[in-house]
Amino acid sequence: MSDTPETRRIVIEPVTRVEGHGKVTILLDDEAKVKQARLHIVEFRGFERFIQGRPFWELPVLVQRLCGICPVSHHLAAAKAVDGIVGVDTLTPTALKMRLLMHHGQFLQSHALHFFHLSSPDLLFGFDADVNERNVIGVAAKYPELAKQGILLRKYGQEIIKATAGKKIHGTGAIPGGVNKNLSLEERDQLLSDIDQIMEWASGAVTLAKDYTLEHLDDLSGFGSFESNHLSIVRSDGAYEIYDGGLRAQDAEGNIIFDHVENEKYDEYLAEEVRSWTYMKFPFIKEIGPEEGWYRVGPLARVNNCDFFDTPEAEKECKEFKGLTDGKPNNITMAYHWARMIELLHSAEKIQELLDDSDLQGEDLVVTGERRDEAVGVIEAPRGTLFHHYRVNEDDQVTMANLIVSTTSNNEPMNRAVQKVAEDYLSGVPEITEGLLNHVEVAIRAYDPCLSCATHAMGQMPLIVELMDRQGRIVDRKIKG
Amino acid sequence: MSKPKIATTSLAGCFGCHMSLLDIDERILELAELVEFHKWPINDRKSFSAQCAVGLIEGGCCNEENVEVLRTFRSSCDVLVSVGDCAIMGGIPAMRNMVPLEECLQEAFVDGPTVHNPTGAIPNDVEIPLLLDKVYPCHEVVKIDYYLPGCPPPADTLWEALVALLTNKPISLPYNLIKYD
Repeated sequence: MSDTPETRRIVIEPVTRVEGHGKVTILLDDEAKVKQARLHIVEFRGFERFIQGRPFWELPVLVQRLCGICPVSHHLAAAKAVDGIVGVDTLTPTALKMRLLMHHGQFLQSHALHFFHLSSPDLLFGFDADVNERNVIGVAAKYPELAKQGILLRKYGQEIIKATAGKKIHGTGAIPGGVNKNLSLEERDQLLSDIDQIMEWASGAVTLAKDYTLEHLDDLSGFGSFESNHLSIVRSDGAYEIYDGGLRAQDAEGNIIFDHVENEKYDEYLAEEVRSWTYMKFPFIKEIGPEEGWYRVGPLARVNNCDFFDTPEAEKECKEFKGLTDGKPNNITMAYHWARMIELLHSAEKIQELLDDSDLQGEDLVVTGERRDEAVGVIEAPRGTLFHHYRVNEDDQVTMANLIVSTTSNNEPMNRAVQKVAEDYLSGVPEITEGLLNHVEVAIRAYDPCLSCATHAMGQMPLIVELMDRQGRIVDRKIKG
Repeated sequence: MSKPKIATTSLAGCFGCHMSLLDIDERILELAELVEFHKWPINDRKSFSAQCAVGLIEGGCCNEENVEVLRTFRSSCDVLVSVGDCAIMGGIPAMRNMVPLEECLQEAFVDGPTVHNPTGAIPNDVEIPLLLDKVYPCHEVVKIDYYLPGCPPPADTLWEALVALLTNKPISLPYNLIKYD
């Protein structure tokens, strides 16, 4: 938006300490009141189109290149869909548990990265602390033990991924109908030797996030907050689940909108609105409609949506979390951090449980079935519910791909958080400082957006300018928005 | 004498190379002893305020903003390193070079099975940078001094190369550090 005498434009570019590329624009009127505040994602990839024609078995390794922060999410969502293509509905116990271990390893590393490396500086030093100190190196200087724990928690998650996927980033573990390796006894023992320490640090992380939230509850309750619907998968008995479950949505009061919806029917329940004033799609629940049907995903939605955790420590913490709002959904944006750390603890517990399971040393890795031409894979990624939907032709080529990535579902919530914080903290202020602008980013960071993932479906219709020579041959071509 | 400064950025990449850099784990604190992290996505510095010894570039160029950022890095860093396959040759995002860009946009905003777009209008806004016709590797836009391949390059490869560059020693990468999948 160009400056006019009436309008002042403030831009935060790039949004930092989030994964990927984004910017915020804030428009102020002549009385310095916030007229509009938006989060933009500035890149376009085009995955849905350019993977058409590729062989389907490439999908788990190709599509994970959407995102280097949570590649396991895309790896597994694509693998689940590809299982469907090869006609496999039930994996062998070894294959299923290897994938679960990989997934929990990823939750551990991704949540540790977000909390310690990216967000903790805001919580430890304050939202408007000195910019030179307000980062993970500053945390390491002042709180060396805490920084070390964060680094080593993430490292442990990455080691789990390496042991299950072959590589810490962009691994190859999941293949159509199963996995390509089991867990050797040597790998298991190596990982088991550190698990007690990891459990202790994970418990400490929950305490840190919980105490922070409760101590600052008066300030945080309204910070970038609003009521919303919540979406996630849950297990058939209502338990917290991240790999395989039905879709559950509830409203801000806790009334169930739909429950245990089969993954294949996701497109009967959800749609993504295209709005003229922005280029990021807005997912919504169809029966409610685009105006009111938007929802939150991710740690807050999952902890709100589940009836219980099936591990003792996380369940204890979950009860305390739910107690704060008398069992109704928690709609505090900054409570994402606390919910995220409960999930981190749960993943540590699950890793411990899985490492003790001898099925991981099984030899039966792959099953086959009768080929189908369409499949949907839905999982919970660290940042929320992730949908992969593919169709393939008789030559095994992808003919259609639809991806709803977690961060896209949080588009409306993040924009509302940005708008609210801008109105509450920037409107009518004589001088807008760097520290005040960081408040806007703090609200975005609570959602742990992965703008790398989200770039796959952003963009604008181009104006195409072609430069032709006298014979009408194109010598140069530029595309402008 | 002040510590040399380092800067990093991700252009048309997936942040996987930055994650691999963080996979040096505790050594990140050793690295912080050797260098000052000037501008990188892990702190809140939005622009350069000093000349940097080393700049690491992840990702190729898919829009005008990538080109601007890359040129700023070239002029603000003494040594510029293309890190990972996307910076070096476009990588997976360059798969769109085989397809007209309009078709990619049409698929995302009009034809997708969950798209709700009654008017069929495709959004448009001046805040989005101009998309390039193709995804370009970094060395086609500016001079690049070193290349560290991999998707992503392993953490140990990044560590060895960075420490050598920052201590003015020749880079020596044994076979196991440049061996991939």
